[in-house]
Amino acid sequence: MTDLPAPLLELIDDFEAVGPKDRLQLLLELSDELPELPDRYADADLEQVHECQSPLFLTVEVGDGPDAPVSLFFKAPREAPTTRGFAGILHAGLDGQSAETVLAVPDDVVFRFGLAEAVSPLRMRGMVAMLARIKRQIRDRVTV
Amino acid sequence: MPAPRDENPAFAEYAHPERLVSTQWLADRLEDGTGDLVVLESDEDVLLYDTGHIPGALKLDWHTDLNDPVTRDYVDGERFATVMSERGIGRDTTVVVYGDKSNWWAAYALWVLELFGHPDVRLLDGGRAAWEAEGRELTRDVPTVTPADYPVVQREDSGIRAFRDDVLDHLGKPLVDVRSPGEYSGELLHMPDYPQEGSVRGGHIPGAKSVPWARAAREDGRFRPRAELAAIYEQEQGLSTGDEVVAYCRIGERSSHTWFVLTHLLGFEHVRNYDGSWTEWGNSVRVPVEQGAPTA
Repeated sequence: MTDLPAPLLELIDDFEAVGPKDRLQLLLELSDELPELPDRYADADLEQVHECQSPLFLTVEVGDGPDAPVSLFFKAPREAPTTRGFAGILHAGLDGQSAETVLAVPDDVVFRFGLAEAVSPLRMRGMVAMLARIKRQIRDRVTV
Repeated sequence: MPAPRDENPAFAEYAHPERLVSTQWLADRLEDGTGDLVVLESDEDVLLYDTGHIPGALKLDWHTDLNDPVTRDYVDGERFATVMSERGIGRDTTVVVYGDKSNWWAAYALWVLELFGHPDVRLLDGGRAAWEAEGRELTRDVPTVTPADYPVVQREDSGIRAFRDDVLDHLGKPLVDVRSPGEYSGELLHMPDYPQEGSVRGGHIPGAKSVPWARAAREDGRFRPRAELAAIYEQEQGLSTGDEVVAYCRIGERSSHTWFVLTHLLGFEHVRNYDGSWTEWGNSVRVPVEQGAPTA
């Protein structure tokens, strides 16, 4: 199995260490802590993650070369805390990692937080799609 | 002792005004503590309650609390009794439900409580949005609950719930498709802006009338007055209160809203909600499907 970035692994450990109710609390904290979109993206046309049940938009910035850090930006309304929480996990776990590291994160990593049980499997689709779209945006930017 | 009725004159014209409470009534009851009353929040987003809710309210999640975790069905009588008991609800408790999205999931929760015959369950007119818009208090404090005794009651599906085979037998009688026009015509498999998922065929059940759920709601999420509702469902669509009607949507949440309107606000006596809805019908082999926009 590939090595996951340390911040992401730490989050997985945090979620695994507690029961479903406390997992929801962790998700709420990550939702609260999701950084605001910087001003330069205020009017930008960001990619919408249609698989989420509430509107979520994201974009990535990639530096030059495979080791350059990736920056992740998300926009989701306050009244969609679950979607914001999913974005918060990905932001806290992957922001600042290299393109190579993020691309190596397995797609099913989203199921390692024990959230399917806490929020229901139906609601996990959005998070799967968010990671897939982040990786696709990185690939598009690295290869061209 | 159940809580008193909301004697709000705006509700008096509805067939069953005792099924609705206003934000002011609820605020007053929270203030004076009259009656055995439990307030439940039921949302599409499972975390929304945790970001702040009506003081004293408890969370009831449509998926993790009301659906069986394995079979596509609701919980059984024993599980339901536990869910109610954990929230301090007894059989005589007045339950007020509210939620996001113009009360879709609140209406759905209310409908499930009625499957178990809970005697007194009401909707907060306008839901979470109305409470917030009036600048009323929200809190993150989760109340401590003393569990109540709730009897194990068997779910009674025959009256207000329709299964696929019931709908097949019902073809030719009134059906109300409450989804968006694009879902009805077959162009979309889900609400606009929602994921296109889950169904291998698009369209509607043959003969269904297209009445998107939101037509029953005002801009602020509250229900339209009875005369306006009657103009839509009775005059325009030609339904009568004695008709047997089946309402459906995608998984039964938006059609719970319409079921509530027809049953409790207009006084229809035989309305069933088909909770299998399009995610079942649109995937079923050889059931009849019709496509295209509604004929005017």
